[in-house]
Amino acid sequence: MALAALPFLLSLFQVVQLTVFMIFCLLALSLDLIWGFGGILSFGQAAFFGVGGYAYGVIGINSGRTALAVVAAVVAAALLAALLGYFTFYGRVGAMYFAVITLTVTLILHQVMGSTADPRYAVGAARLGGYNGMTNIPSLALELPGRPSIVLEPVPLFYAVGATLLLIVALCRALVRSSFGRVLRAIREDERRTELLGYDIRWRKLLTFVISGGIAGLAGGLFAGWGNFVNPQVFSLSQSALVVIWVMVGGRGTLYGAVAGTLVVQFLTNYLGAASVTYTTVLLGVALVLIVLLFPRGLVPSLGLAARRLALGLAQAPPAEDSGPA
Amino acid sequence: MSDIVLETRGLVKEFGGLRAVDGVDFVLRRGELRCLIGPNGAGKSTFFHLLAGTLRPTAGGIRFKDLDLTRLEPHEIARAGMGIKFQVPRVYDQLPVAENLWLSAHVRHGRAAAGTVADRVLDEIRFLQHRNTPVGHLSHGDRQWVEIGMVLAAEPELILLDEPTAGMTHAEARRTADLVREINRRATVIVVEHDMDFVRHLAAGVTVLHRGAILAQGSMDEIRDNPVVRDIYLGKRRRASGPPTNSD
Repeated sequence: MALAALPFLLSLFQVVQLTVFMIFCLLALSLDLIWGFGGILSFGQAAFFGVGGYAYGVIGINSGRTALAVVAAVVAAALLAALLGYFTFYGRVGAMYFAVITLTVTLILHQVMGSTADPRYAVGAARLGGYNGMTNIPSLALELPGRPSIVLEPVPLFYAVGATLLLIVALCRALVRSSFGRVLRAIREDERRTELLGYDIRWRKLLTFVISGGIAGLAGGLFAGWGNFVNPQVFSLSQSALVVIWVMVGGRGTLYGAVAGTLVVQFLTNYLGAASVTYTTVLLGVALVLIVLLFPRGLVPSLGLAARRLALGLAQAPPAEDSGPA
Repeated sequence: MSDIVLETRGLVKEFGGLRAVDGVDFVLRRGELRCLIGPNGAGKSTFFHLLAGTLRPTAGGIRFKDLDLTRLEPHEIARAGMGIKFQVPRVYDQLPVAENLWLSAHVRHGRAAAGTVADRVLDEIRFLQHRNTPVGHLSHGDRQWVEIGMVLAAEPELILLDEPTAGMTHAEARRTADLVREINRRATVIVVEHDMDFVRHLAAGVTVLHRGAILAQGSMDEIRDNPVVRDIYLGKRRRASGPPTNSD
């Protein structure tokens, strides 16, 4: 794959950048799973990402074992998702309220983690550090039994994260194509109808949300291991909104859209920042508005449709859109 | 097991101070075909939703086979063998016809058989040519058919049809009546209907609801000869809209 050759073509800085973009792609994927396929807009992906980051930090600093820390990141985020999902889905909270609740939880975490500056707030050797964040988080390392662990250099880390991303995309693909995924799409289209066909939508939504939370937690753990650092900014409003923007730009319900959207938005942000344009955020905003206006369904679905139309040429084929190019 | 499939006792549903369903005792035997009629606001829809489990009764009980429906979640009621078709077709517009049927068949038949069942129903409702068409691209009448197909694919024991002919042409309604009678060979059926012609064509037992209570029950002829019913329902319509055979 072209991906494998990239580290040879790019500068080290670019490799490191691309690595974190791929971590963000995982975060976007987690939202696409629950929003694009389950039809449930969650503003809480940043919360799971942050919880994953802190969990990685706490376990990583205390045990020194980064593989264990990654597992802890996934588990902690999935548990939070399970708790949140259980009460909202089994309590039959409406979609709008769900979005608000998840955002609120994220912002509460922002406040809580921000007020942990006092050294008393520590888990073992890991100080939470308030708004300054948690520092000295160990880098991701290759840990084989009976051998000293090897810290992953930028290029191996790039491959490791890339492989993780591909694996998660493949697993999500398998999930949305399974009969579980087909029922999930039915829930997205019409929850009540699906229930009256005899499907228990509550545990299906819960399971999807837990998987989604786990993926976001994985991304958070990798992020903390990538940057050796995590601070309450991961729980901020802008971070929460950014995840939604990635998926919106790329197009939801396609998986690839989430990946493409993240890369486009992040490269654009970087480019505008690097070009030292005075009004970076204004230009970025304009670009996002244009994308959403020109491609209301997102880049990937719109381009996919255009490609199909082109392929059909002038043939009198009916405008058949399939159920979602999963 | 007794041959009573569905029974409600003293069923009450209040909305604020309004009693939409007011003490309904309703009995349905296995294999029956029953039409539920009544003027607008008679409580037909509320009654329907109580049976489906989408509304909880204020008082009273509903038994379906040996189950107390008031304790079950809507999906459990569906799994127990109740199929529901709504007044406004409630189908998955974005999904192809075959997928709609598959989703319904999958509950009862499992993953392996669902495809076969969906194909069979597709043939039964004569929609083979629309297999991959998103349901949203179909006409209103056709979407009604898709929903009827979804009910068939689940092979329920008791079928609730809420105005199955709404939005259909006269010919389509006739075809639906034939299909309902065909379905009735396999399942017990309750039809909520406004179209008197359709009800007559079905030649089924009729229950008349009025102000949330059962006003009369019997065959279509008995109902038509019932002076009270004539007065509050058919009679008024006749005076309002010409010959009785053409009512509503």
